[in-house]
Amino acid sequence: MADQKSKGVKLYGTSFNGHTTMVECALRLKGVAYEYVEEDRKNKSEALLKLNPVHKQVPVLVVDGKPIAESQIILQHIDDVWKDPPHLPEDPYKRAKVRFWADFVSKKVVPIMHTIVTLKGDEQKTAADEFGGYLQTMEDGIREELWTGGPFINGDNPGLLDVVMGSSYTWIKFIEAVAGVKLTKREKTPLLCSSMEAFVELDAVKELMTPPEVLLQSRGNPGAKTTATSDD
Amino acid sequence: MDPPSSLKLLGSWADSHTHRVQLALKLKGLEFEYQEEDAINPSPALLLHNPVYKKVPVLLHSDRPVVESVVILQYIDETWADNPIMPADPFERAVARFWCHFAEDKLAPAVGAVFSSSGEGQKTAVDQVHDNLKLLERELRDGAFKGKRFFGGDKIGLLDIVLGCGSYWLAVFEEVMEVKLVDPGTFPVFHAWLKDFEEQNEVKETIPAIDKLLEYARGIRQMMLSLSNGTSTTAPAAAGTTSAINVAVDGRSG
Repeated sequence: MADQKSKGVKLYGTSFNGHTTMVECALRLKGVAYEYVEEDRKNKSEALLKLNPVHKQVPVLVVDGKPIAESQIILQHIDDVWKDPPHLPEDPYKRAKVRFWADFVSKKVVPIMHTIVTLKGDEQKTAADEFGGYLQTMEDGIREELWTGGPFINGDNPGLLDVVMGSSYTWIKFIEAVAGVKLTKREKTPLLCSSMEAFVELDAVKELMTPPEVLLQSRGNPGAKTTATSDD
Repeated sequence: MDPPSSLKLLGSWADSHTHRVQLALKLKGLEFEYQEEDAINPSPALLLHNPVYKKVPVLLHSDRPVVESVVILQYIDETWADNPIMPADPFERAVARFWCHFAEDKLAPAVGAVFSSSGEGQKTAVDQVHDNLKLLERELRDGAFKGKRFFGGDKIGLLDIVLGCGSYWLAVFEEVMEVKLVDPGTFPVFHAWLKDFEEQNEVKETIPAIDKLLEYARGIRQMMLSLSNGTSTTAPAAAGTTSAINVAVDGRSG
């Protein structure tokens, strides 16, 4: 088990929020005990507003009273503090690649996911194609720079990119159902599919992987209002 | 560890993200070869080594590319351990990364908007910059950086480099646009930090002379105004202008 120093760990999050899921997955994979506080998106607590005054959003991870906000930053922090099992490679060059692709997901993949559900018809198809393009770019990059046989991008065990993509898998399925578009194709992005499909089966995180049907029930069809995957 | 002569930086002279990497390499005492890139006409090397974004800066270490300035800075710090750029404490590292992201995601676009707008739009953009600076000022005065000389402590660190290489545009835009962005009365701690930062030898060696930056900014502003006045409507010129602004100011380069 992890070198668990005695730390009070508290996670402020929201159900059915991709960024919250990423952080919870990382904590569970590291075997970190934490308290979870559910925040109401429409009625944020005083505590949350005080812990994240800049963005006023979940997720926020509080470790020994010190708050960290923004899912990507939290994921790196979790790996910094609880080193075992590692979620980033040891080699600085490969670490740089992992950071690059994590940033790419934030900059490109997540925003287009938000966009797809707000569009219709041809515009939606164009956005779906854009998503497919980003995934292809990522697939090619991972194959060239990181892949060591799988099933995860990190190798035998999941790492940061697996957490990010794995947590997004259910949302990808959700968008496919809602928009009626196919977003991932195994023949085009076999490595990413391998990572995501293996991730959602992991015992440590299985219960966090909300089935798309449940998301559909809770979120309905986002239509013109997209908050499905927001850092909200 | 590889000899430092295996380092090559693809950059642009007026690009703040390039300056970040140059400054970091200087602080680490690392020698490197520099290749100037034209934002509008990227070289084959740039397209080869940064196919995803096709932008500077790109750091080549023994011909292996690292891209995105904050990623590059962390790579440099993890590869050459002397004169650390990142804080030692994990929480302080997280705080530094948070404010780096803030600088790229909020502050830089707001500053860029000041430059590329006018009238009411510009007033809104200026207010946006002030709102962002207030958050930084508060953190400097009462928060995570209270009592520190630099964001990195006694010495310049990651956040100083990221914020500092970019903040010089504030003074440039103040003059070119005739707006007040960093009033020492309103942002005393930020203002003091910026002055201190700019006085550091390595910083003076990295950031171009203010008159060159002013000339550059004035040129772009002129182009933008003539475009919006309809005296020049060619698409490449527009693309070049936007590209040039983006290269100069904000998170639109690496």
